Amino acid sequence: MSQTQTNQAAVSKKEAEWMFQKMLEIRHFEDRVHEIFGTGILPGFVHLYAGEEAIAVGLCTHLNDQDYITSTHRGHGHCIAKGCDLDGMMAEIYGRATGLCKGKGGSMHIADVEKGMLGANGIVGGGFPLAVGAGLTHKLKKTGGVAVCFFGDGANNHGTFHEGINMAAIWKLPVIFVAENNGFAEATPFHYASSCKSIADRAIGYDIPGEKVDGKDVIAVREAAKRAVERARNGEGPTLIECVTYRNYGHFEGDAQTYKGEEKVKHLNDLDAIKKFYTYLTGQGIMTEEELDKMDEEVRSAVDRAVEFAEKSPHPLPEQLLEDVYVSYKTDGGAAS
Amino acid sequence: MTRQITFSQAINEAMAVSMREDQDVILLGEDVAGGAAVDHLRDEEAWGGVMGVTKGLVQEFGRDRVIDTPIAEAGYVGAAVTAAATGMRPIAELMFNDFIGSCLDEVMNQGAKLRYMFGGKAKVPLTIRTMHGAGFRAAAQHSQSLYSFFTHIPGIKVVIPSTPYDAKGLLLQSIFDDDLVVFFEDKTLYTMKGEVPEGSYRIPFGKADIKRSGEDVTIVAIGKMVHTAMKAAGELSKNGVEAEIIDPRTLSPLDEDTILTSVEKTGRLVVVDEANPRCSAATDIAALVADKGFDYLDAPVKLVTAPHTPVPFAPSLEDIYLPTPEKIMKAVQEMTGSELVI
Ligand SMILES: Cc1ncc(C[n+]2csc(CCOP(=O)(O)OP(=O)(O)O)c2C)c(N)n1
Ligand SMILES: [Mg+2]
Repeated sequence: MSQTQTNQAAVSKKEAEWMFQKMLEIRHFEDRVHEIFGTGILPGFVHLYAGEEAIAVGLCTHLNDQDYITSTHRGHGHCIAKGCDLDGMMAEIYGRATGLCKGKGGSMHIADVEKGMLGANGIVGGGFPLAVGAGLTHKLKKTGGVAVCFFGDGANNHGTFHEGINMAAIWKLPVIFVAENNGFAEATPFHYASSCKSIADRAIGYDIPGEKVDGKDVIAVREAAKRAVERARNGEGPTLIECVTYRNYGHFEGDAQTYKGEEKVKHLNDLDAIKKFYTYLTGQGIMTEEELDKMDEEVRSAVDRAVEFAEKSPHPLPEQLLEDVYVSYKTDGGAAS
Repeated sequence: MTRQITFSQAINEAMAVSMREDQDVILLGEDVAGGAAVDHLRDEEAWGGVMGVTKGLVQEFGRDRVIDTPIAEAGYVGAAVTAAATGMRPIAELMFNDFIGSCLDEVMNQGAKLRYMFGGKAKVPLTIRTMHGAGFRAAAQHSQSLYSFFTHIPGIKVVIPSTPYDAKGLLLQSIFDDDLVVFFEDKTLYTMKGEVPEGSYRIPFGKADIKRSGEDVTIVAIGKMVHTAMKAAGELSKNGVEAEIIDPRTLSPLDEDTILTSVEKTGRLVVVDEANPRCSAATDIAALVADKGFDYLDAPVKLVTAPHTPVPFAPSLEDIYLPTPEKIMKAVQEMTGSELVI
């Protein structure tokens, strides 16, 4: 499979601004959630996307609201890149009524169907067939839209990987399968759990293009994604893209990360995706340091506002427990009422 | 005082004891050791499961017997079925019972039916350990209690311990039982402490535990709900109502006699189950009494369960999703007609 180098194809200033802003939003959002989780006030499990920003952003820069994405338990970054509202996301993570899912889903299930975001997912491997279904709708309704399935290196060993990609390939569906290979599934290394050198190699088995890119390089991801999205929109079928990356935090908040080695320091510094893009943008004269730094300040304030919004938001009301189970009727309280 | 350990430690100990006793006992699951093939990682630093329940087992038994699997439930649970049928005595960990969707065929169509379909010429001494239960803020795909699902299927034994003592004794029984057992661990009970003997002991299946005896009402409670029911019983007693609390401990087989004998004495039955109410353990037990103990009843059977909804994430909703002592007291009040101070 081909190895893509950073391609210098021009990025317009407008697109660069959008990409940098989204990467910052993800980073600051996740850093804040990490901080707040540490104080013990956030309920439940939280899996952070910090470090992997270039993947969601490099993909979603080619998408619009009618395109769908499926996500994972590590879904905040996908949501942000697909245009979900920060306030609504934060409120969801807090379990408040103003959350994107009225507080009923939480971190692992944030969704915004209007934005084409088909939900973070608590089930590893859940996204493959879901993306296939969204792609089928696009094909049958001739919308020209695509569906992108983000998944982890761990998910690439789940049976649904095979079933999903094979179906997308035989029906030439407009689906892009995007592996986020951060080296670990929980505490289990990719090289232990997967009998392949690269996830991209597995594309051979489905007779579709497979590409491996530096998932810390948003330009490289953007280039590979461009080819895949064009192919999908042209009705030529799916592509598998493997983005090699690293997660800055543990599997979930509270993980001691004893399985990580020396490499983690490099990833937090030289190899950092945002630093890389910053250097690229200033080096190419696309944006100035002042512009980028100002954006950083603005995004920090936006995240502050999201936290404030969440904390001031009301809790869901008791009657909401019984709503949204069915379209046609409200379930009664059952035996508990 | 005798030794007190946690629910989690009790489960860990049962596995260690069984693995010492029998070389054929192996453990498979995602990160049950943790950090497979990470050169710098010492075994004592390894995760030992997402909740640390299997911690230390890899140190004592090695990675040949404590096996980290890929995220491939259909693969390793299916493999465990035939490993069991061909001479091993595996314990497969299904991290959350909600993930049964990824391996239901292997459990339902393969493991559960092998013996019957083969005319009794095979056995499947497999234990599937799995986490269940709401109250952990883990949302809809990590909080269900799906034991009725398995109870419905002939060929599977279903175990739900409520105390550290029962957890160890029932898990040892499960591991050495020659049938397929699904063993439920309530994630909110892992830190609960209780008296647990060292060494080996087994609690037989199909023997309910009478947690408290009383004359006025029988309360059958499942898993963690035993503790909720005990709280309610304490309050009821202050109001002059004495409840008999029964923990069935296994739903398949079910100790019908203990339940029927108790209802014969009290004339009233409340079933407390945190699972969803339709086609549930609660309705099953209610049907048992309607069928075989109707003449004993002085009042309609009452069920206190979760509503017919997925488990909500928001704490404000999850708290009202679960049965509480107050809801149990209300049910008792309705059936006894007594004026309780709730
Ligand atoms: C079907 C299923 N099995 C197991 C899990 C538990 N689990 C949650 S995340 C995870 C690891 C996922 O690793 P990977 O796909 O590499 O994604 P990453 O966390 O690295 O982003 C596991 C095992 C689950 N949620 N669903
Ligand atoms: Mg991973």
